[in-house]
Amino acid sequence: MKKFWAWGALIFGLVYFALPLIGMTNFSLKMRRGAYSFDAYVKVLGDPRFQETFLYSVTLALVTIVFGVVLIVPTAYWVRLRLPRLRPYIEFITLLPLVIPAIVIVFGYIRLYNTSSWLPLTGTAMGANVLLMFGYATLALPYMYRAVDTGLRTIDIATLTEAAQSLGAGWVTILSRVILPNVLVAVLSGAFLTFAIVMGEFTMAALLNRPAFGPYMQLLGANRAYEPAALAVIAFGITWGCMALIQLVSRFAPRPASQPR
Amino acid sequence: MSLDKSTVDQRPDTGFRLPVHWLGVIPFLLFVLLFLILPTMRIVIGAFQTPDGTFTLNNIIGLFTPTILASYWISIKISFTSALLGCAIGFGMAAAVILGGLPQWIRGPLLTFSGVASNFAGVPLAFAFLATLGPAGFITIFLRTQVGVDLRLMGFNLISFWGLTITYLFFQIPLMILVITPALDGLKREWKEAASVLGATNAQYWRYVAFPILSPSMLGTFALLFANAFGAVATAIALTGSSINIAPILLFAQIRGDVLGDPNLGYALAFGMIVITGFANAIYIWLRARSERWLR
Repeated sequence: MKKFWAWGALIFGLVYFALPLIGMTNFSLKMRRGAYSFDAYVKVLGDPRFQETFLYSVTLALVTIVFGVVLIVPTAYWVRLRLPRLRPYIEFITLLPLVIPAIVIVFGYIRLYNTSSWLPLTGTAMGANVLLMFGYATLALPYMYRAVDTGLRTIDIATLTEAAQSLGAGWVTILSRVILPNVLVAVLSGAFLTFAIVMGEFTMAALLNRPAFGPYMQLLGANRAYEPAALAVIAFGITWGCMALIQLVSRFAPRPASQPR
Repeated sequence: MSLDKSTVDQRPDTGFRLPVHWLGVIPFLLFVLLFLILPTMRIVIGAFQTPDGTFTLNNIIGLFTPTILASYWISIKISFTSALLGCAIGFGMAAAVILGGLPQWIRGPLLTFSGVASNFAGVPLAFAFLATLGPAGFITIFLRTQVGVDLRLMGFNLISFWGLTITYLFFQIPLMILVITPALDGLKREWKEAASVLGATNAQYWRYVAFPILSPSMLGTFALLFANAFGAVATAIALTGSSINIAPILLFAQIRGDVLGDPNLGYALAFGMIVITGFANAIYIWLRARSERWLR
């Protein structure tokens, strides 16, 4: 009896999740009348706007990841090593982007960094790109920090640091050649999640008027019938790919070394 | 996010030291200040200012007009319903897989899929539902041509309260599964055994043991899902254009083109959103801290 309900709950859920996925796949293949075809995909992939915006978002995602790693790995490391009392406060700050809606944050950017302000980032295309990158780094902050902090927990950073220092390593060497390789799996998990978030993000890019993939998808959705479904399949594939990569790299994660001493 | 004190060497303070070790967190604090705290403060302060910068409560009072109140109210209703259903269905699925005696191999793929689906929000999610339940969606057409049920005539419309709620559930349910699974894993076998040794029925075990232990994390997750739906802009815009009047869409239109005709009222609208999501998240954080006592 219990099993009956358990299967029932699971199957109900699976049907709900399967239908939209079937729906979008089915719709994306129906552009040619009366036959299944990849016409919608050919149309989308051949659209120069698709290529431009896709490339733009990929570039932005990679820059965001590099910036996030350079900012967060040293911070999380330093807080664990020297300022452990600060950790709850830093952790609270990193969770704030989950509390404050992205639309409010970008609203603040527009008001704070407009052309008549002390730092007129929205005035130039490059400035707006940089601002959007900072915005994405903010959105990714909760996931990135958590991933890196969890990674640091599994290694004994105090001993590693002392060992490196006694061999004459400076801070840059310690971070780049001792700490980073040890938390690489955690960093990669955070990076793939960041990639998935940036590729699909719409609100910030649209309000900062950047030619990113999210606003392109929305625009196409407002004007076309079959291509949006093809885009949805592609976007789902990207998300799925990122999650699969996270699963893959976490197989190589080191076991927690923090046995109680 | 449990605190783990065992790995950090708490070395004894060796006398007075210049606080240079604080320099290590300066870049991070500077970034957070410039791109998270100050922009938010700008909105909060702007909500209490007139255009020339003097203090006023008129913007906040201005929120209490029928249009804006209606937009908050429908946002709250959608967020509340999708959070409630998301919690119930997500709990049902997680409990089925973990406690219901289903084969163990289902667990891994379900969690992986939940990770994907909870991140598959925004514009593409709206497209997927349009292709399924929209006017030309395959379920709509199937029901009309094969079953003879016209969803339109029955009053169902994807661009509506229920349409948005059903769509939001696609990322709400998986989020619930991801958050509640560790809590369900934390239900110790011994508790169940102890209860049945003392003569408790299965229902009594759930009523007096499992449910009180789970309820903080369930309520907390509910608050998290509520905030999650409340801030969702992209899904709503791609699904509805701007034909449904919910708070994030109104704010989006306000930022783009000052539809309210008063920039400072826009600040107040954004401030109201922070207050609502902030309130929901405060409940989440508070309840999670309570529930973590049991999940060691």
